[in-house]
Amino acid sequence: MKTAEGLKDIIKPENLVYRKSSLITDKPFSYCPGCGHGTTHRIIAEVIEEENLAENTIGVCPVGCSVLMYDFLDLDIQQAAHGRAPAVATAIKRLMPEKFVFTYQGDGDLAAIGTSETIHACNRGENILIVFINNGIYGMTGGQMAPTTLEGMKSSTSPYGRDVKMMGNPLKMTELVAMLPGTCYVTRQSVHTPAAVRKAKKAIKKAVGYQKKGMGTCFIEIVSNCPSGWKMTPVESNKWMEENMFAYYKPGDLKVPAESDADAENKNEQ
Amino acid sequence: MKGNEAIAEAAIRAGADAYFGYPITPQSEILEYLMAANPHERTGMVVLQAESEVAAINMVYGGAGCGKKVMTSSSSPGISLKQEGISYIAGAQLPCLIVNVVRGGPGLGTIQPAQSDYFQAVKGGGHGDYHLIVLAPASVQEMADFVELAFDLAFKYRNPAMILSDGAIGQMMEKVYLKPQKQRSTEVPAWATTGKTKERERNIITSLDLDPYAQEQHLLRLQEKYREIERNEVRFEEIMVDDAEFLLVAYGTSARVCQKTLQLARAEGIKAGLLRPITLYPFPYERIRSLASHMKIIVSVEMSMGQMVEDVKLAVNGQVPVYHFGRMGGVITEPEEVLEYLKTKI
Repeated sequence: MKTAEGLKDIIKPENLVYRKSSLITDKPFSYCPGCGHGTTHRIIAEVIEEENLAENTIGVCPVGCSVLMYDFLDLDIQQAAHGRAPAVATAIKRLMPEKFVFTYQGDGDLAAIGTSETIHACNRGENILIVFINNGIYGMTGGQMAPTTLEGMKSSTSPYGRDVKMMGNPLKMTELVAMLPGTCYVTRQSVHTPAAVRKAKKAIKKAVGYQKKGMGTCFIEIVSNCPSGWKMTPVESNKWMEENMFAYYKPGDLKVPAESDADAENKNEQ
Repeated sequence: MKGNEAIAEAAIRAGADAYFGYPITPQSEILEYLMAANPHERTGMVVLQAESEVAAINMVYGGAGCGKKVMTSSSSPGISLKQEGISYIAGAQLPCLIVNVVRGGPGLGTIQPAQSDYFQAVKGGGHGDYHLIVLAPASVQEMADFVELAFDLAFKYRNPAMILSDGAIGQMMEKVYLKPQKQRSTEVPAWATTGKTKERERNIITSLDLDPYAQEQHLLRLQEKYREIERNEVRFEEIMVDDAEFLLVAYGTSARVCQKTLQLARAEGIKAGLLRPITLYPFPYERIRSLASHMKIIVSVEMSMGQMVEDVKLAVNGQVPVYHFGRMGGVITEPEEVLEYLKTKI
């Protein structure tokens, strides 16, 4: 076992294999341990840094757990009213088309109160990126049922499990927006394993490229866990997510740009 | 041209950057005119028909947060829908213009003109402690002129401004002198979200402060701003008040009606005068207070059940009797009715 003194010998610039993105502030994340928000913030920051976009990025954060995203990302950010981020982002992008504009929204924000703004922004094909964190629950307000809560899943407002006859069915927003001609790239990702994180980051990078070309709305769902709301340990929650959430919210691309566009994109990547 | 069209044309000429709206009678001409005028080619102004009033006001939030000159317009039921967004805009201290071409209510009410949104406009409307700067035009000329004035005041104080009009002024046609085309501003306010450069800290547009002491400090700063607005921006017009014994207080369409009432009253030897508030917030409390000392009675004439009358009473503070008179539900008060009512109180 290394002593603190011994660790000092190891922590040297030449030994570093990972560093925090310069776009992540020093403010400690307010997210619960094991939650996917922190990782998703990190990969967004990394992509923006790698693409050298910080000076040209405006983010829009929602009401919900990530309402304080502006404390954690060193970017210009607007905090939108509950569900309205796509409308806010619409105006930002229309007035400053040369900027990279993204929203970051949870499932209560995007799939319940903000359904209209989401669908219409996607239908108009606004050149924005919508990052949609779906953990099937309202985290911030203490674990209430969300539109995305699975059948039978318990929450503080469905204490005996979601009865779909009474409470409706879990809503697949991503499938919905994939049907709209305004969206150009719709994909469902997760950040619960290193491989998944790499894939999700790649998806964000692709979305940046598509937005640069003005190809339409990019929509990235991140299926995530909510250890506190689900009342599980982080490890249990990730396992539960794989077994239950993925069965209903199937990871993978739902819509990718037409081949010629995709080819051009691939060439750019090489 | 129509009052609504005057607002639209004046917005283009004032160098507005964007308009976001949703159709509702009696103000749809604003969106229609803007779409037909193709301002994107004239000045680069963005005009977008939103999916709802809620979306439109949040687009205003986004655009205003970038430091741009943005506006929306609607009529009463639509303005109710916008209240959440207006509260956020006030909390985040964003400048913008909101036009309310008022119709009778509550509920779906009527599409005819009314002045029943006074409370909503001047007392807050949405949740929380805040004020809009509220301008009340009484002519098509003022519909045009107040667009630029509202933008100027909004940017001066980083506060949302409202033009509180009504269906009569929105729909009526009058001669109007329009100002020449102004270029859209290229100035970027220091607080605007335009992408964080290395030279400055990041800009954040938010109305949130979870720490109650920090939130209180924020609200105290807002209060300071409102006191400054109250000191500097009170505007009103006086007609025949110098020798008046009976004062009418009326804004917008009611002020136009009362001008005719003054003529009728004076012809009968009744010394009536009119004070027309141009800014409803800040309200001309001081002026009404000093006028009250040499009046016998004061009548607040409004196309509502009596809303502004409460502010008139606050101003008068019991010096002389204050009454309310007016028709509502979309009925425009007749000048003769006002005179008859005045006579019953003399």
